[in-house]
Amino acid sequence: MSVLSGARLTSTANGAWRGDFGRALRAEWTKLRTAGEMGRLLLLAVGLTVAVGGGTAKAVKCPDAGCGQDAVKLALTGVTVGQAVIAVFAVLAVSGEYGTGMIHTTLTAVPNRITVLTTKATVLTTVILASGTAAVLASLLVGRSILPGNGFTEAHGYAPLSLADGPTLRAAVGSVLYLVLIALLGLGVATAVREAATAIGIVLGLLYLFPVVTQVVNDPEWQRHLQQISPMTAGLAVQATVHLHELPIGPWAGLGVLAAWAAAALLVGSLLLHRRDA
Amino acid sequence: MTATLTPRPPATRRAERGGFLRTLHAEWTKFRTVRGWVLAMAGALLVTIVVGLLGTAAPAPGGRGADSASYPEGPGGEAVNDSFYFVHKTLTGEGTLTVPLRSLAGVVDAGTGKTAQGAQPWAKAGIIVKESLTQGSPYAAVMATGGHGVRMQYDYTHDTAGPSGQVSQESPRWLRLVRSGDSLTGSTSTDGSHWTKVGSAQLPGLARTVRAGLFATSPEAKQDTAAGTGFSPAVATGTFDRPVLTGGWSQGAWSGTQVGGDAGTSGSYTNTTKGGFTQTDGGGFTVTGAGDIAPVVGGPVMGVGFSVENFLVGTFAGLIVVIAVGTVFITGEYRRGLLRTTVAATPPRGRVLGAKALVAGGVACAIGLVAAAITIPIGEHSARGRGFHVFPVTSATDVRVMVGTGLLCVAAAVLALGVGALLRRSGAAVALVIASIVLPFLLATSGVLPPGASEWLLRVTPAAGFAIQQTLPRYAQVLSVYEPSTGYYPLAPWAGLAVLCGYAALAFGLAVVRLRGRDV
Repeated sequence: MSVLSGARLTSTANGAWRGDFGRALRAEWTKLRTAGEMGRLLLLAVGLTVAVGGGTAKAVKCPDAGCGQDAVKLALTGVTVGQAVIAVFAVLAVSGEYGTGMIHTTLTAVPNRITVLTTKATVLTTVILASGTAAVLASLLVGRSILPGNGFTEAHGYAPLSLADGPTLRAAVGSVLYLVLIALLGLGVATAVREAATAIGIVLGLLYLFPVVTQVVNDPEWQRHLQQISPMTAGLAVQATVHLHELPIGPWAGLGVLAAWAAAALLVGSLLLHRRDA
Repeated sequence: MTATLTPRPPATRRAERGGFLRTLHAEWTKFRTVRGWVLAMAGALLVTIVVGLLGTAAPAPGGRGADSASYPEGPGGEAVNDSFYFVHKTLTGEGTLTVPLRSLAGVVDAGTGKTAQGAQPWAKAGIIVKESLTQGSPYAAVMATGGHGVRMQYDYTHDTAGPSGQVSQESPRWLRLVRSGDSLTGSTSTDGSHWTKVGSAQLPGLARTVRAGLFATSPEAKQDTAAGTGFSPAVATGTFDRPVLTGGWSQGAWSGTQVGGDAGTSGSYTNTTKGGFTQTDGGGFTVTGAGDIAPVVGGPVMGVGFSVENFLVGTFAGLIVVIAVGTVFITGEYRRGLLRTTVAATPPRGRVLGAKALVAGGVACAIGLVAAAITIPIGEHSARGRGFHVFPVTSATDVRVMVGTGLLCVAAAVLALGVGALLRRSGAAVALVIASIVLPFLLATSGVLPPGASEWLLRVTPAAGFAIQQTLPRYAQVLSVYEPSTGYYPLAPWAGLAVLCGYAALAFGLAVVRLRGRDV
């Protein structure tokens, strides 16, 4: 950080922004990389995603043709669990700084708060893109090896999972983007509320409460509307590869809903960060 | 805090107790004076109520009025289905009815205008003595069933098995029901001369004049397909020979009534067959009916309605807040270094954690209890007003659910405190506890997993604790979908809560050990 603050003294208001941004980016990357548990959290996220996906693929059988299961969605079930760890990861990237007081140093070094948030978001996006891709690809591979043994065979209308298949590719890419958006949602919420426990409570509440409440809603219309605005249910519509017409919301539109939630959280977060004292 | 900083008096047994009270007082002061926590706990109460009421606020489909909004209640106060076709006379005082049942046939709507033949496993035809034609009135019946042999059933929840085997033209069943005072005895025979007693029922306070006669009914057909379980309309037809009556029977013709007016929530007539009876030349009867005489259970056969635990869906929201506060109650001390002061004032570290658990648990208990006590009556009232069935429960069950919701919050708070003390990081601890309680529940009830895996999840994870809120009964004589996705937990209410409490105790115990073993 001392390098950075030194650089700021010599930089001018115009023209130096690019270099500043690069340095801020590098600083954020260093902080994320060297904070003790971050690597372990990412490993946990990938591991849980693959393990839960594999466990689900192991548990679900397809006894005959037309069993109505969505093989791709099954293999990617782990995303519902892995996202919790990703959310923690994103929240800690901000709340950790508030917890230790590091945020004061950060804001002294990079006074432009929007730059701080943008660099954090950029680093987070890159990291989650990489680990999310690893988790999703590994889940699909595990599913590809387990599912045929459970009756998901050509005879029952299931080709082996393959990224060459359009919907499968969309589900895979969509799941990675889903995880990135969850991280950005966590980042926005954490920036807004600062406290880690509160931020995680809010993010997990947003994700998990909608599906729980949807189960008791008796009216199909209300149920549909709830599913359309739920960040998790709508966002995970991108994983569906069969019965697309029965989805409450289209795959990409659903991901768009989650993107809207993430954008709203980031907007609130950046406004609060901009306005208040660290 | 200043009080706890005064030097401890010599450690006599009395002072020990006073020491714990002081620690408790100190912890209570810490909790009470952090405005964020107090606001959060008030918020937990509020969201539990609001989410619960909003979640169940949808208007009833079809815009039915408030009049249709209750199940008939049986003599024990339980919700019952009481829909069957009844061919009856009045019986005053003692009496006996004996009748041969020649066949029990059935028709199932297989969809798209096709029908299938065959009686459902719990299609029923036989003799029934019933206090009145009102739904829910006391009864006793001896009957042949489609797949479970001859049975004696009374007052909806009681079911006694008799000889097994199916009724057919070649092997008819003679059935006999005897009323003597409050006592009713059912017997069966395969030849009309050698009788086997199936069972007897005591119906205390049964009116002297009752309705008695022949009946037939059939619940909907349960069809398991790979895509899930479906229910289709089904009817049953019983063919009886001439009934033989002795005792105080009314003179005149037999009359036929569809008890309940329609087939109820667990039955429905097919498009082609309606309820009714015909009298044959030899004085026998053919009776056709649909519906069921049985307690209401959850799942699709429950119809459009709510059970008590539905109103408590907000518990999830409240728990998330309780967990966050419970965690920060200890991790906050680590972060600010307050824990050093705390253990300097109270060196026995188990006592510090114990006091914290008592404070956090006490507040959580109050939240769960009060939220449940407010939400359930309001939710029930408003759901009934909008035309929904509300599954009735006894007041003992109501109390169990309310107290259980309080204890659920206690266990979650203590679990959060223990995990927080172990991990010392609020973020990871909060996420771990929330995910371990809510995620298994979501995975188990969303229908992604097969029933076996879902039930396993709700046995071994902290989510098992939600079983304490379950109120839906299960009966062997009623076919339904008894799975987590329809609100049935694999463990009994208190056993499920015990699993969650086990996790909380484990986390708390480990936390005490770890806190003793390491520097703060």
